[in-house]
Amino acid sequence: MSGKHIAKNQPASFIFSEENKEKIKDILKKYPDTKKKSAIMPLLYLAQKQNNNWIPLAAIELIASMLNTTYIKVYEVATFYSMYNLAPVGKYFVQVCTTTPCMIRGSGKIVEACKKIISKKPGYINEDLDSSWIEVECLGACVNAPMVQINKDYYEDLTSEKAETIFNGFKEGRLPNIGSQSGRKGSEPIEKRTTLLKNA
Amino acid sequence: MIKVTVDNIEIEVEPGSTVLQACETAGKEIPRFCYHEKLSIAGNCRMCLVEIDKSAKPVASCAMPVSNGQVIKTNTDMVKKAREGVMEFLLINHPLDCPICDQGGECDLQDQAFNYGGGRSRYQLNKRSVNQKYMGPLIKTHMNRCIHCTRCVRFSEEVAGIAEIGTVNRGENMEITTFLEKTVESEMSGNVIDLCPVGALTSKPYSYEARPWELNKIETIDVMDAVGSNIRVDTKGWEVKRVLPRINDDINEEWISDKTRYACDGLLNNRIDTPYIKKNGKYHSVSWNEAIEFINQNSKNKKDFGGLIGQLVDLETGYAFKKLFNKLYNSQLVDFRQKDILFDTSDEFNFTFNTSINKIDQCDFILLIGCNPRLEATIVNYRIRKAVNSGCNVFSIGDPGDQNYYYKILGNNISLLDDLINNKISESKLLKEAKNPAIIVGESALTSDISSYVISSVKNLLKKINKLNGFNILHQFASNVGSLKLGLQSKNLKQVYNSDLLYLVNCDEVSINKNDDQFIIYQGSHGGENSTIADVVLPSSAYTEKNGSFVNLEGRVQKSYKSSYPPGFAKDDWEIFSIIADSNNINLGFKNFNELRKNMVSEYPSLGEYDKLPELNYTNLTFDNKEKKDFKIVLNQIDYYQTNIIARSSKTMHDCKKIKIANKKVSA
Repeated sequence: MSGKHIAKNQPASFIFSEENKEKIKDILKKYPDTKKKSAIMPLLYLAQKQNNNWIPLAAIELIASMLNTTYIKVYEVATFYSMYNLAPVGKYFVQVCTTTPCMIRGSGKIVEACKKIISKKPGYINEDLDSSWIEVECLGACVNAPMVQINKDYYEDLTSEKAETIFNGFKEGRLPNIGSQSGRKGSEPIEKRTTLLKNA
Repeated sequence: MIKVTVDNIEIEVEPGSTVLQACETAGKEIPRFCYHEKLSIAGNCRMCLVEIDKSAKPVASCAMPVSNGQVIKTNTDMVKKAREGVMEFLLINHPLDCPICDQGGECDLQDQAFNYGGGRSRYQLNKRSVNQKYMGPLIKTHMNRCIHCTRCVRFSEEVAGIAEIGTVNRGENMEITTFLEKTVESEMSGNVIDLCPVGALTSKPYSYEARPWELNKIETIDVMDAVGSNIRVDTKGWEVKRVLPRINDDINEEWISDKTRYACDGLLNNRIDTPYIKKNGKYHSVSWNEAIEFINQNSKNKKDFGGLIGQLVDLETGYAFKKLFNKLYNSQLVDFRQKDILFDTSDEFNFTFNTSINKIDQCDFILLIGCNPRLEATIVNYRIRKAVNSGCNVFSIGDPGDQNYYYKILGNNISLLDDLINNKISESKLLKEAKNPAIIVGESALTSDISSYVISSVKNLLKKINKLNGFNILHQFASNVGSLKLGLQSKNLKQVYNSDLLYLVNCDEVSINKNDDQFIIYQGSHGGENSTIADVVLPSSAYTEKNGSFVNLEGRVQKSYKSSYPPGFAKDDWEIFSIIADSNNINLGFKNFNELRKNMVSEYPSLGEYDKLPELNYTNLTFDNKEKKDFKIVLNQIDYYQTNIIARSSKTMHDCKKIKIANKKVSA
């Protein structure tokens, strides 16, 4: 994993929509006046949702001034969590898990596939495929490692060929069924069941 | 008290202290990087691991509270192995560039790797590399060397008061930076250089200038403001290479302001190194004898003689100058004020900072009157911020601008003081209930027309609630309190400015409208505007080049020591006065510096009590009711990086000013 890619082309300003302003009022009610900083994360999430799945620096500055804290404090949070995107992402947003179990099961090859088909560096959009990719920490699907998350869905038990097929499918807007790509059901053993046989 | 055993030594420690503190009490050295006494505990470097009985794993002692009966071991094999392991991890990504690193020779990592490290590395992969970060003209970064102790991050948030430095990204990619690499704007930012245990943050002006073992180190006193911060001056040859803070918990703890630290390159530039006399509108360099003769000739036919000493002048110079004027010129017109302000000299209480710097932290009510502590006395402002963090309410009369903490502006009319006395505004109740109130009066509220009203009503206000020790005057200049103690406030400031013979000693803030028949002597270390209007220019030594003593704003007398020597033919101020007196066959009563100091102390015994706070004595205080005044306080504009001639001669300070102006334009 590398440091976050921060977009070079930044919008000059950012304002929350009326609807989100109402939501922010509700969020701020949860925290005492002196601890408003706690609302950094929900506000960043709202900003990301409103702005096409990425957070411009102007939004970071706006949130900092809304919560009476400094820019760097919001920036720290936004760069720490992999779920916040600081550069525009594609319509198909691939998040490759590279934490230990996935790494042992070959996530390196999936990353290679991303580099080959989507973009050389993580966080950059491939205009052809309308897609971008990043490396993330554990997504909690270790049993079916290696895996990627594309938008909201998990695609598991990947090999580099399978990953390449999925990525190439973005062009036609084609995505395989979600879940395991090796044909197994859920997270059951790869060959045959070894437990809970009686009730089968 | 809690009883613990450290390496078979039984000791008692305060409840709430940490295992690391207990080990220090027992005299055991614990290596550490992230832990710092003045900052919050982070516990992320893991270097301070010790063994505690009944704990299977080594424990980070900086973050572990002591408990009764704990048995701590700091010298077992387990501890040794743990430290070696931590050190090996820390060094994985640390470059081996000690030979070209400015921190080399005074580096915590170097020393601790030597003492506690395993002595070898098993790591064979590439080290991570991090881009250099821009943090302004004062701080140079080498982020490859960073070990992520986060001392700088905690400092900027907790001490400096502006969270400007932070950690971005995570895990292996973690980096220390400012938001989008903006300049660090705090006036205390230079302290992160001392805090950094490695060479990641180093001083930009000092980069590649010298090695610590080549430097001559002299402990002395700072004169950039009236706080009297304790500093250490490092010199190589005659050049002052850098200024570092010295720990003094009563004054500056272990911080100094950026001006104190970085204005020292001004000592090398713009110096006057030989006497000059002005003939036909042009300056000619002359010998000392010629210059003195020229002065004596021109002073013969003059009627009134005025002397003015500047803001960087020590006590001894002030005393000798006064003696020279009294004996040679028979004149009492000696002053130190470079603007139209007036102090109440009837008692020492009336012109000092009586709360004392050390006790501001404990205040629960602070009223600022016409002062801007952030720029006038950065270290005092840090203490006020500390008080604010523990619940102190700060109010201000006059608008001093951003102070790095929340305060309420009551208004800018000085008549608010009467309202406070007469319970007309809600804040009077807060003041009445306060246990440790402090009222801080700045120079903007001491202009000659309102000074006596402000001082007397503040005293009345505090007398009413029986908290007289909360009376504080915030001086801006290092020589102010000393000069007041020497009685150098003359009755008529205008007469001093307009006297036929005007003798300026290091006096650069005042602008003199020179008459045609006025004869001006300028004596100082640096060439400034006033040296260009003078008829005679005499070179003298700067504050690092002479012995002396200074009184800080609390009234504490501190000795300063000679760490370098003046350039060319420059002499110490008192020597010049002696020469002038001798040439007129006048005896000033001293032949060397020690005699001068002895004479001064015998005349003013309180100036011989070094490093002590003056005792508060209210018996001689007078209280009177002055008529209510209607006057709007406008704060003096302070150009922080340019407040004295040394700072104005410093390239670093000019760079800081430029960047501050540029940043203001961007944000506006």
